[in-house]
Amino acid sequence: MSEVLTTETIKEIDHWLSKFPVGKQRSAIIGSLHAAQHQNHGFLTSELMDAVAAYIDVPKIQVYEVATFYSMFQTKNVGKHEISICTNISCMLRGSDEILSHVEKRLGIDVGESTSDGNIFLKQEEECLAACTGAPMMMVDHVYIENLDIRKVDEILDRLEGKS
Amino acid sequence: MSKYNQVIYANINESNSWTLDEYLKQGGYSVWKQILSDQSNKTSEWVIEEVKKSGLRGRGGAGFPTGLKWSFMPKNDDQKYIVCNSDESEPGTCHDRDILKYNPHALVEGMAIAGYAIGATVGYNYVRGEFMLECYPRIDAAVKDAYDAGLLGVNVLDSGIDFDLYNFLGAGAYICGEETGLLESLEGKQGKPRFKPPFPANYGLYGKPTTVNNTQTLATIPKILEKGAKWYADFGTEKSPGTLIFSISGHVNKPGNYELPLGISFEEVIDVAGGILDGKKLKAVIPGGSSTKVLPAEIIQNCTMDYESLQDADSALGTGAMVVISEGTCMVELLKRISRFYYAESCGQCTPCREGTGWLYRILDRITNGQGKESDLALLVDVAGRIEGNTICAFGDASAWPVQSFIKHYHHEFEYMIQNKGKTLAA
Repeated sequence: MSEVLTTETIKEIDHWLSKFPVGKQRSAIIGSLHAAQHQNHGFLTSELMDAVAAYIDVPKIQVYEVATFYSMFQTKNVGKHEISICTNISCMLRGSDEILSHVEKRLGIDVGESTSDGNIFLKQEEECLAACTGAPMMMVDHVYIENLDIRKVDEILDRLEGKS
Repeated sequence: MSKYNQVIYANINESNSWTLDEYLKQGGYSVWKQILSDQSNKTSEWVIEEVKKSGLRGRGGAGFPTGLKWSFMPKNDDQKYIVCNSDESEPGTCHDRDILKYNPHALVEGMAIAGYAIGATVGYNYVRGEFMLECYPRIDAAVKDAYDAGLLGVNVLDSGIDFDLYNFLGAGAYICGEETGLLESLEGKQGKPRFKPPFPANYGLYGKPTTVNNTQTLATIPKILEKGAKWYADFGTEKSPGTLIFSISGHVNKPGNYELPLGISFEEVIDVAGGILDGKKLKAVIPGGSSTKVLPAEIIQNCTMDYESLQDADSALGTGAMVVISEGTCMVELLKRISRFYYAESCGQCTPCREGTGWLYRILDRITNGQGKESDLALLVDVAGRIEGNTICAFGDASAWPVQSFIKHYHHEFEYMIQNKGKTLAA
């Protein structure tokens, strides 16, 4: 057993391991990293990545390769709540740039940064999230919110900041 | 619109359309059960022939004939796999998301039937990571319910047929929508596409024969076999049979996913989407996702929405994701945003793409910042030409085509911005 990974995370990793043939546990790296990142409120540490590698029995480098390739994995300390604002073409045509500047201004940070209290992480400008017919849209802690306007965005930020 | 949402989306307005009960009520799993109980008549060859007759083509963007793809699988005793590409991420495209959300059992049944046709006893459905809470819970519940009902697993309904199905969650990488990049990702690696040949039919997941199909393609299979190849084909035209789900986004009054017959006129599609936003004039359309070439209004207005018509217009049907652009939009800014996407998403494996996409973006960035040079337009076309055709996968071409087509059709806007230090002609 692992001292770094919680029982809940291990249960989740076992779930992913059960989907692949014997000897193909490398396939469970992505699922395991999702679980480990969730346990740590949104970002991975070397300690967590090493624990995943040890638990599923793959070389550490294979875990690092995955953690640094995919955009959903964060390997630096980021804020607890993650906001991703789509600015790809369908959203851009429906005003996503104004949404993004509003959020940047209100939070006082640029994309890619977290608020100083560690509460909100505004993910580096996001690529298409496949909700183009509900543009403009954003994803907050993995939940899709579509047909945004400034008022709707403010309500969401109020909630994340504990004001409502 | 009598011909609207007839096949894959036929049930999506029913309440609880995603549940097993509702799917069974609509006749769901009848084809799968028929196959299992009558294998001597409903052979794998029969399935493949029906799919060939239906004219179904891969809906992931490439449009390759599905039945033909299935027939490439070797007929040996090797372990084989059917893999579904639910890594929906082509900018403008969001119809697979609604299949996963509102009609997931059609995909489960389609994958089981496809597995039977190609001799695969195991299937994986690769869902994009960002769908973690958006639609993954629905497709995951559908698979679980199908197992609980005895429709999946070992010796399904005492037929002697085994079929196991697993959902997989990615972690954010457009390139995993490329089928061999997807297989690498499914193996737990970085999603860097493989050199082909060998093709997945010979060397796929874990080196075993594998067929990769798109979500919409697989979800269409049960209805084709239930109602007949001809029934499906007759929706469309002779060369583009059947229906396609169009994701219509951008400057229209009613953006949405609409399943429509192939060969429908462009005008009718715009009508379905409620016309151009704010009563403005149409300027251009990107007809099949950001990787397809942009078409000015005067060209697309004479097109029908099918594979041949759009190819003749020097673009492509792609994923059927129509991004509608009205007058007043700056085409230079739009192309810059598209190029940033390819720059950000290049996997970095092939030099022309890794370096070239950065060049394209940086040149466009300096043009919009008022630092453009007279020679930049020729340079853009030159760089795009050096990427196209020189990379392992089609991503390189996809990064080049928007640049070539935007400059071809809107040369004057680019020129104006360069000469006027970043000022747009479009405003």
